[in-house]
Amino acid sequence: MSKDTVEIPDLMDSLEYGPAPENTAEVRAWLSDHDAFGHFINGAFTDPTGSDLFDVVNPADDTRIARVVQGSSDDVDAAVSAARSAFADWAALDGHHRARYLYAIARQVQKHARFLAVLETLDNGKPIRESRDIDIPLVARHFYHHAGWAQLVDTDPELRDYRPLGVAGQIIPWNFPFLMLAWKVAPALAAGNTVVLKPAEYTPLTALRFAGICRDVGLPDGVVNIVTGDGETGALIVDHPDVHKIAFTGSTEVGRIIRRATAGTGKKVSLELGGKSPFVVYEDADLDSVVEGVVDAIWFNQGQVCCAGSRILVQEGVADRLVHKLRQRMERLRCGDPLDKSTDIGAIVASVQLERIEGLVEEGREEGAEIWQPTWAVPQEGCFYPPTLITDVSPAATVSQVEIFGPVVVLMTFRTHDESVQLANNTPYGLAASVWTENINLALDVAPRIRAGTVWVNSTNLFDAASGFGGYKESGFGREGGREGLYEYLQPDLSAEPDPEPHPDYQASRSTPDSQPSDEPESAGSSAPPIDRTAKHYIGGKQSRPDGGYSLDVHGPDGTKLGEVGKGNRKDIRNAVEAAHRAEPGWRTTPAHTRAQILYYIAENLTARADEFADRLRDQGAPVDRAAAEVDAAVRRLFTYAAWADKWDGAVHHTPIRNVTLAMPEPIGVFAVACPDPLPLLGFISAVMPAVVMGNTVVALPSTTGPLSATDLYQVLDTSDVPDGVINIVTGPRLELTEVLAAHYDVDAFWYFADDGGGGVVERLSAGNMKRTWVVPARDWWAPARGEGPEFLRRATQPKNIWVPYGA
Amino acid sequence: MSTTERDQKTNGRAVGVYEPAPLEEGRNPGSDLDLEWVRKTRVNRSAVERRAATLTQRRSVKKQWQAAWLLRAVQCIDLTTLSGDDTPGNVRRLAAKARSPIRPDLLEVMGLEQGAITVAAVCVYHALVETAVEALEGSGIPVAAVSTGFPAGLSPFEQRVAEIGASVEAGAREIDIVITRGHVLRGHWEALYREVRTFREAAGPAHLKAILGTGELSTLTNVARASRVAMMAGADFIKTSTGKEPVNATLPVGLVMSRAIRDYRERTGHTVGFKPAGGIRKAKESLAWLILMKEELGEAWTGPGRFRFGASSLLGDIERQLEHHVTGRYSASYRHPMA
Repeated sequence: MSKDTVEIPDLMDSLEYGPAPENTAEVRAWLSDHDAFGHFINGAFTDPTGSDLFDVVNPADDTRIARVVQGSSDDVDAAVSAARSAFADWAALDGHHRARYLYAIARQVQKHARFLAVLETLDNGKPIRESRDIDIPLVARHFYHHAGWAQLVDTDPELRDYRPLGVAGQIIPWNFPFLMLAWKVAPALAAGNTVVLKPAEYTPLTALRFAGICRDVGLPDGVVNIVTGDGETGALIVDHPDVHKIAFTGSTEVGRIIRRATAGTGKKVSLELGGKSPFVVYEDADLDSVVEGVVDAIWFNQGQVCCAGSRILVQEGVADRLVHKLRQRMERLRCGDPLDKSTDIGAIVASVQLERIEGLVEEGREEGAEIWQPTWAVPQEGCFYPPTLITDVSPAATVSQVEIFGPVVVLMTFRTHDESVQLANNTPYGLAASVWTENINLALDVAPRIRAGTVWVNSTNLFDAASGFGGYKESGFGREGGREGLYEYLQPDLSAEPDPEPHPDYQASRSTPDSQPSDEPESAGSSAPPIDRTAKHYIGGKQSRPDGGYSLDVHGPDGTKLGEVGKGNRKDIRNAVEAAHRAEPGWRTTPAHTRAQILYYIAENLTARADEFADRLRDQGAPVDRAAAEVDAAVRRLFTYAAWADKWDGAVHHTPIRNVTLAMPEPIGVFAVACPDPLPLLGFISAVMPAVVMGNTVVALPSTTGPLSATDLYQVLDTSDVPDGVINIVTGPRLELTEVLAAHYDVDAFWYFADDGGGGVVERLSAGNMKRTWVVPARDWWAPARGEGPEFLRRATQPKNIWVPYGA
Repeated sequence: MSTTERDQKTNGRAVGVYEPAPLEEGRNPGSDLDLEWVRKTRVNRSAVERRAATLTQRRSVKKQWQAAWLLRAVQCIDLTTLSGDDTPGNVRRLAAKARSPIRPDLLEVMGLEQGAITVAAVCVYHALVETAVEALEGSGIPVAAVSTGFPAGLSPFEQRVAEIGASVEAGAREIDIVITRGHVLRGHWEALYREVRTFREAAGPAHLKAILGTGELSTLTNVARASRVAMMAGADFIKTSTGKEPVNATLPVGLVMSRAIRDYRERTGHTVGFKPAGGIRKAKESLAWLILMKEELGEAWTGPGRFRFGASSLLGDIERQLEHHVTGRYSASYRHPMA
């Protein structure tokens, strides 16, 4: 209440908003109670005295608001050790009990919502409106939703055969500090894992307050551990041998480092990385709503949003009107004190980030783009940057390509719907997209064609715990939220299964490099010499001679030469990948029913030649009684995947706005598949067909010990209506070919089922374009429970969440 | 602006400069009916509702700023009584309240003289126009009459036109007409245009407020289209509701109509006002509406020249809030003179 009313007549004339500051007293009192914050390890805060401390700064006024500890190797060891000790009991805990803890956490977040919002804004610089109305409510919702998963995970028919991974190392960014914590911690705990979490060095405070919540709800010691520090501390977590899972949200650059660092370690990894998300506006869109969409897309959280709609693509006919409307709207945005309730754009998180934004915009100006900013000025003190609209810019410009991570948006035009899709996909990223049209036919045509994990129709930046969020392409892999996200913290429970098929009686054959021509004539069953059968590569539906012009001998277990296969090289791989790409658009849109028919047809043709295939398996070393069984098992497996073709359904998520959120499983693209050596026929079918039936195209490296079972398939594939290029087979030195495939930028996924230690290479080289990798060195391919089924299909697809709000 | 003109302005660039029509002074004269513009209009309800829902969370007005805003809201009120039992007695009381809507002692503390604040207009049925005019004599406060078969607007057309003339004759300086909602629901835009045009001509010097009856128009796209047609037909204000429909003024509807006003102004240079009516009872709601106007159309649409509230009980709540501002104590309605 103010009695200072003399100004009212003047204020009536200007009708300004006036200051509306949020009260920070409670939060500041809490901060001043702590000279410095220690880590939260094993249920207690460590004593920060004597540790290496660094400052936490409020970016809105450059003042220090706290000091925290730079986590050392000993700190990380202690945290991981605590998490490891806590794991067994936590994992064994009744799901209902875990649910109670998560429910209690959600309640605590709600009860202290304003405190957490103010703390977040002080630490990060985001407007209080956003932390209060968006971040904190989403956090509470995430914990409620996952309290539900904790309750269900033991009994859900799809989940009960899974078990937790162990200790999850979680490294989160500074743009949504508390929300990202929730996205990481809630599913990990629900699934029965324990956690070592490192908040970003700029924004550790809500995580430390969360530690207090964990203590308050009586969460068992060691289940959640929080270690502060910078990237070095993060690296210690990533490299720690007792961590079984790494979940990271941050830049693609750091994501690559993590992917390489964890390659070959067996750690499960999920990465949610950068983006340059398209915001596509068609001429029949509600342009005024589009303008508000742009505000929510790029001027939300100062544009420091991985899925920010930072590339506006607008149909030419309405481009000038949209630009006019945007500029008018930008004049009315308010940038300044994040704690003021009327602020739209707060502070950039840190001065280095501000400098980066300034540098990139300057680069855009130098490249000839038109930079437009509103007439008003941003505060001089603190880290502020005005909303910026860049026009007259081409896709080649730096500002169109690079993730700016600031309140800066580029605008380009397109002519046709096809061109809009091409431009939308003209980026290594694939996190999200926003599509604006009043024509549902157009929206539902375009949404599946844009390669992104989330597509918002006539909306943008909508999030919910029930909907999976995550990237395509170099935006990373793995999902957060919903059932999709839960699998990131689970693994199939193999405890009830026997060890992978040892086949003691199965003597593998092996192929050797080009041998000297044998002096002795090959013995033949009849007097006439056998007709030479020359197995080449199978690329684009044709047999093609190996580029290098070399062949490899294939021998039986007794040393008998069985034949030859082509010795593939990098150019054969290049050609095979190109063929797979040519086939991919047609194959992904082939109806599931048709794909099933083709698999049935393969099975039918294989059955017709069962004896021949069994003979070949015997020649390559299969025991007599197993050869026919393997052909039979391969036929059954084909039937299994033909059956699944039209049954791997998506979902409609129950997100809390008036809309349908469609989770559509989509094919990933071009797969590399290294088949297992044992069981050359069944292994090939088991490894290749789940990817194929889900609409992917494949470059397969067959068994090196029994490659003829794969090359014999050429004719089966030819006669079974498999479109050219859907399945490509390159024989030869597997590790060498694997390196080429894993490094190839245009291969989207790599399954590695060989046990020659190449899996680490696959994971490391795949970091180049963030391929989805799956490395399984050994597996019992005979047993349907292990050798086929949903796990394969889940990994052969990626969910795309399409949000379609409705209402007339 | 024609397409060729615009293309020339782009100078070969993919994105050109969109130039709105030059602004014109004075009343909206209307324009020819542009059917293509009407039919191309599309409104996305979900997006509009999201904007409306966050609009008031994005802006906050506190302390003396809030008091100033509430006083401005009072100045925008069309103080209204539209009841079957209206008599000269209660209309005279309403007129007295219109002259002095806020207790003078409160005004004084806020630095304003008695009489500095009046409402924008008094709005009554035709039968009470003369009484209201008489009661407001010398105050400068205009009388508005609801007309044309209010609230359904389905009486004989000639009768509706004649009603306007009679009210203007009786001294009404503003006429709130109702449109035939059926024209909108059936897409008979020419018929709607002719109807409002005729009403406008009949009103002569009196300002015309076109009530769209948005609660009966089914879709927001219809609201946007009807707004455009009413403005092209020469409405000085477009108004949401009669107050008698099941759903009256809502922020999403206000957003759509404000944006229509902005578009029309950019196309023609003419200025049209906006009047939400019905269901606006709380001081807080009046702030929300003023925020909407300021954000979507600018400060010029926060004064009575271009913005009105059609309300009867809103004033009472604003009085209580202002007393709270002045005294720091929560108020009671009996402490303020009734209308």
